[in-house]
Amino acid sequence: MGVEQKLGNMGVVTTTLEQAVAWSRTNAMWPLLFGLACCAIEMMSAQASHYDMSRFGMELMRPSPRQSDLMIVAGRVSRKMAPVLRRLYDQMPEPKWVISMGDCASCGGVFNNYAVVQGVDEVVPVDVYVAGCPPRPEALIHGVLTLYEKVRGIKFADVQK
Amino acid sequence: MPDIQEVTVDDLKHLVSEKAIQGETMLLNMGPQHPSTHGVLRLLLELDGETVINCIPDIGFLHTGIEKNMEAKTYQKAEVMSDRLDYMNPVGNNLAYSMAVEKLVELDVPVRAQAIRVILAELTRYQSHLVWLGTAALDLAAMSMFLYCFREREYILDVMELCSGQRMMTTYIRPGGLWRDVPVEFEAAVRNILKTFPKRIDEYEALLTRNPLMLDRTLGIGRLTGEECLNFGVTGPMLRASGVKWDLRKTRPYSGYEQYDFEVPTRPEGDVYARFLVRLEEMRQSLKIVEQALNKLPMGPVRSNNFKFVPPPRSEIGVSMEALIHHFKLWTDGFNAPKGSIYNAVESPRGELGVYLESDGGPKPYRIHWRTPSFDNLQSIPLMAKGVLVADLVAIIGSIDIVLGDVDR
Ligand code: SF4
Repeated sequence: MGVEQKLGNMGVVTTTLEQAVAWSRTNAMWPLLFGLACCAIEMMSAQASHYDMSRFGMELMRPSPRQSDLMIVAGRVSRKMAPVLRRLYDQMPEPKWVISMGDCASCGGVFNNYAVVQGVDEVVPVDVYVAGCPPRPEALIHGVLTLYEKVRGIKFADVQK
Repeated sequence: MPDIQEVTVDDLKHLVSEKAIQGETMLLNMGPQHPSTHGVLRLLLELDGETVINCIPDIGFLHTGIEKNMEAKTYQKAEVMSDRLDYMNPVGNNLAYSMAVEKLVELDVPVRAQAIRVILAELTRYQSHLVWLGTAALDLAAMSMFLYCFREREYILDVMELCSGQRMMTTYIRPGGLWRDVPVEFEAAVRNILKTFPKRIDEYEALLTRNPLMLDRTLGIGRLTGEECLNFGVTGPMLRASGVKWDLRKTRPYSGYEQYDFEVPTRPEGDVYARFLVRLEEMRQSLKIVEQALNKLPMGPVRSNNFKFVPPPRSEIGVSMEALIHHFKLWTDGFNAPKGSIYNAVESPRGELGVYLESDGGPKPYRIHWRTPSFDNLQSIPLMAKGVLVADLVAIIGSIDIVLGDVDR
């Protein structure tokens, strides 16, 4: 059962290095344990028993940015928090990705005022935006899968440039 | 974007002790990105070895400008902001705000709406305590609690979704009543909760209450006396765990709480363990209230029929010219509230949640201020943290049950 079936009777698989790397990256992506506001609670739900994101290789949240590949910006980013967020992003090792979870992080949401950064993409480059206030855990999981598609499409030649 | 401000020890002179300036003690930052500060709280710690000498909270990392934003909107539209304030208790915030507006414009709320408000508010309290239990236990390294609590929480969110279409930010309670009546499935869903949850609380008790690891980490830690609590303005389960029997649902009943028979649990010890016990008992009492309210849920309308302030039902708009005009007026201009000011408080899962509304006679609040329990409760951290170990500080932060959205607004 499982991978043995696919191997045939030779015990060998052929693939490209690109595919193998992308496969391993998507199956063990460590998100940064970093909650900002209401959306963080739904992020926790996505991790917990009902939605169980570990099905997609995401069970390990790392509180240290130096050990994580993915930053999920879950919640509104205030002007005071923005530089901190940028520093966290800078501390993450390459390759790294960002999911902007929720309306606040994506565009300011209902808070169009002096205190909230109108979209976290003013501060860090964002790969996937997840809409909703807060997005349902399913929506976050969909966002993660969308990110996986993007990661699978990464070509070494593009990165080296 | 401003960069992070670099601060030298000299700038902190007024906050830390002499020893820190001379370099004898260590200054350490905890947060704003730290797994056990429950959000974006930053604590500046002055440490002697592993003992905390000074603990200075630095808040405002989640300042959202909610109060100012609410002042720019009409009374009905401003309510949407209130959910996002204390995001573990959205229904309670709606309730506090709606009741303040009702007091201001003197609206009556039908009894059915009041009973449904109580049911939803108590379920939300339960849900908030579940998240607290899960995360506070996680801080003490009890991983499985987190998974159990979030499993149960989904049942309550299902009920919220059933009523309002949203899981967390429901905005279901509106000034003058509710958005609409609850669907027929509501009763069965709540009964299911009432049937399964008491057993689940027993399970949590079996896992934690007599657990030696839990007792070692919590007994006698973070003591506050009742008097200290009152001096700091600490309310809610923290106050009750210090032996003061103060619960707004009992002392100043609102929304029909006086009809229900429930206990206000208190403990004399005032430590982290006592807060744990008080919250667990509160969860039981919440279920008791929900059961009573559901058993005698009256029939009738769920919205006041004063169409100057409350939109008329959708069905009437097609047949009544007057209803159409009311609807149009309400959704374009809003209503003008009489001049005056109002303070209204409810018991949120964290303590006294108050709304202060000041009206200048226009359709928008002139000033709105939230008295949020987490903010006041947080003020007691420096006192509780003196002389404890860093690991105990984690337990103390967990026991306050702060929600940073509530602190920073
Ligand atoms: S998008 Fe909504 S739920 Fe998420 S942080 Fe903003 S206000 Fe909260």
